[in-house]
Amino acid sequence: MSTETTEAGTDDARRYDVDNPAPLITAPRARTARTPKSTRTNFELYGWLFMRLSGIVLVVLVLGHLLIQLVLDGGVSKIGFAFVAGRWASPFWQVWDLLMLWLAMLHGANGLRTVINDYAERDGTRLWLKMLLYTATVFTVLLGTLVIFTFDPNIR
Amino acid sequence: MEKSGDSGAEASAGSKAPHLITVTFRIRRFNPELSADAVWEDFTLEIDPKDRVLDALHKIKWELDGTLTFRRSCAHGICGSDAMRINGRNRLACKTLIKDITTVKDGRSAKPITIEAIKGLTVLKDLVVDMEPFFQAYRDVMPFLVTTGNEPTRERYQSDADRARFDDTTKCILCAACTSSCPVFWNDGQYFGPAAIVNAHRFIFDSRDEAGEQRLEILNDKDGVWRCRTTFNCTDACPRGIEVTKAIQEVKRALITRRF
Repeated sequence: MSTETTEAGTDDARRYDVDNPAPLITAPRARTARTPKSTRTNFELYGWLFMRLSGIVLVVLVLGHLLIQLVLDGGVSKIGFAFVAGRWASPFWQVWDLLMLWLAMLHGANGLRTVINDYAERDGTRLWLKMLLYTATVFTVLLGTLVIFTFDPNIR
Repeated sequence: MEKSGDSGAEASAGSKAPHLITVTFRIRRFNPELSADAVWEDFTLEIDPKDRVLDALHKIKWELDGTLTFRRSCAHGICGSDAMRINGRNRLACKTLIKDITTVKDGRSAKPITIEAIKGLTVLKDLVVDMEPFFQAYRDVMPFLVTTGNEPTRERYQSDADRARFDDTTKCILCAACTSSCPVFWNDGQYFGPAAIVNAHRFIFDSRDEAGEQRLEILNDKDGVWRCRTTFNCTDACPRGIEVTKAIQEVKRALITRRF
């Protein structure tokens, strides 16, 4: 095409014609033949159910936690090493905190996973963001569990 | 770029007829044979406010600019070819009256009416998009009756209650207004989209059909119903008034309870 050599890049209207149309803007992540086949697992189903069920439980756990820690018995000023040690002497509060830790972390991680799935456009970005998310989740959950079970009130 | 709509032997030649109002249509134009960029182009014309947006598009195409490209077949809200984004909402141009989307002041519309192609699908020219990904998702959910055994010699009977179970989703005309209003589909065309799920729903809850399990299995995928974020854009967009989000939720419930 003669226009290509003489006026390439200078005049947009001249660069494209019937034989040389502009590239179309395709939708991100279109369904193609290379799209992975269906996984045939119930993972997404269980993930969806878990979000609903853990959400209900977390409302009770978190609101109860906030009420006890921040409102009742003089509010936030009462919290100290002695207060925590006293609470974790009881298996009830150990289970409460453990449940809250696990449910909140998995609930949040699963929520972020769906956000990453929705918003990350490139496969590489999605992979690395998820790796970061899973690493942070596993680290926090394990560290929290370790602390709850090995907490020593006589530490100095 | 402004053009006046007084051309031709219309009744409005000279002074305009009293029932007509002046409306500016701001249309998103894209022609890959001219430029890689889409641009807004204004057309101002005199039109009866009781006319439809499609009538305005016809007037523009037939009297002002023949290069304007859009799809329409029946022009009466049945074929579903002319879904477009009008004033920022997905609607059928043939079912949208001008008086319903504009406020008239001194015989003029206060603001221009914007018309653009539906989102999330590749624009081919002006208001025409590539519908192939949309129909691919539709085909994937097997939108046809599947039965086993011998074909009955008489019709397949169904009670009124069984028929009513999926009545809402039989109304779909495949215009893509719902799917192209879905933010998940905008970001990820691998999601089946509301229209495909609606058409799966139509057969999953049909008492005569026997492939409900198979369709549920297809929609149980990671790009199936679980991608739905319940934003209700699809329900708002549907020109047939189908409760799309409700249908998607019913498919989710059927997947969990395995009762349908």
